[in-house]
Amino acid sequence: MTPPDIILKAEDIHKSFGSVEVLKGISLAARNHDVISILGSSGSGKSTFLRCLNFLETPTSGKVTVHGEEILVKNGKPQNARHIEAIRARLGMVFQQFNLWTHRTVLENVMEGPIQVKGEPKAEARSKAEAFLKRVGLEERMHMYPSQLSGGQQQRVAIARALAMEPDAILFDEPTSALDPELVGEVLKVMQDLAAEGRTMIVVTHEMGFAREVSSEVVFLHEGRIAEQGPPGEMFTNPKTEEFRRFIAKAM
Amino acid sequence: MFELFSYGDAGWGDEILRGLAITVQLAIVTLPVGLFLGFLAAAASMSRLLPLRLLGFGYTTVMRGLPEILTLFVVYNGAGLLINAVLQWWAPEAAPTDFSPFAAGVVALGMVFGAFAAEVLRGAFQSLDSGQAEAGRAIGMTERQIFLRIRLPQVWRFALPGLGNLWINMLKDTALVSVIALDDLMRMTKVAVGVTKQPFTFYLLACLIYWAMCVLSELVLGQMERRANRGIRRA
Repeated sequence: MTPPDIILKAEDIHKSFGSVEVLKGISLAARNHDVISILGSSGSGKSTFLRCLNFLETPTSGKVTVHGEEILVKNGKPQNARHIEAIRARLGMVFQQFNLWTHRTVLENVMEGPIQVKGEPKAEARSKAEAFLKRVGLEERMHMYPSQLSGGQQQRVAIARALAMEPDAILFDEPTSALDPELVGEVLKVMQDLAAEGRTMIVVTHEMGFAREVSSEVVFLHEGRIAEQGPPGEMFTNPKTEEFRRFIAKAM
Repeated sequence: MFELFSYGDAGWGDEILRGLAITVQLAIVTLPVGLFLGFLAAAASMSRLLPLRLLGFGYTTVMRGLPEILTLFVVYNGAGLLINAVLQWWAPEAAPTDFSPFAAGVVALGMVFGAFAAEVLRGAFQSLDSGQAEAGRAIGMTERQIFLRIRLPQVWRFALPGLGNLWINMLKDTALVSVIALDDLMRMTKVAVGVTKQPFTFYLLACLIYWAMCVLSELVLGQMERRANRGIRRA
């Protein structure tokens, strides 16, 4: 049985693209208020793993449990695929390329999920959306279109869009990698605030500072496996594996 | 000079206007038929099932390969024969009916429009950024919601210029129905020329009318494109 404070659990996730096995059995559990940073060089499978958690990528095998909803995958076939949408609604996701809907205003982007997926009344969704936009400091831009905003602002809207679903946890897929250097800070600041208020977050990132200072746990992937895992303080000061030692040496 | 265009028995104004009305009706009725066929063919050619893909591609290549006027004849005569054959078999005592030239025009022009529209739509769907649908999926939307609320509204932006061209082409192709004796603008013009022996006057008038319809269409299309491009930064 899953202990009650475990929000998300992934067990023995494998993923192959053709004959290449990208994930070779990864397990991870996130408890309430955990902020887990997933590190790894490109090709380590970190983004693929994150995308397996909400089935944007279907694992080849493994099990994902979110809030008691369990999806078992065998031979690339999810056993109870109809739960996938329910799981996705409980996990917010923030993409590297923001992926705000270009044909809708900022406010409409944030309202879409609550109205269409959760069936919230429009007025309620609107007042909540305004509150979440205020939360990320963009309530004055709510009637603009995404293309009228800077990258950093777009990513903050994307975070508001994820928050509006009132998710159990939020997945971040390299949220600052597509940003100009001077815009990274404003997005990290919002993420740091979310962590401080106790949001459960799983963050694939290259931002060592964030991993080290903000996260409660760091997972280092190497060639499709978890090479090292633990509290950041310990891991960064005293890396156990040669791979992680080399990785931080290159990144710092 | 001006009594030539006057209304009533003396002039040709009313005949020409009635012809114009038929032309416009034909184009407006054909448009949804053609769009519908275009969506079907585009969906078929993007299908995961090979037979459907073959069907979709087969339809577009055949329709794009035939001269429009040939398609029109095949539909008009062929469909007429087919209907009468079915009628004979189903109700032998019924009098043979004619397939109306208007219906033949709608079907033939619609099929041609559909084939070209299928290519425009297929290209447009493939130019969509896959991240847009992915964001919908990540939030828990169903594939149906993603299609209706994300992909379809975005596909217009890419499809509109191409579809606009097809519309203007089709508007002019309606003139072909004059050869199967539908009293459209083209045919009424020819009749007027035949009777008055004033080809220059009436052909010039027809030119002006077709061109005016084209300009009007361009204005409306421009307006629609501006609307579809709301929120898109111009490159």
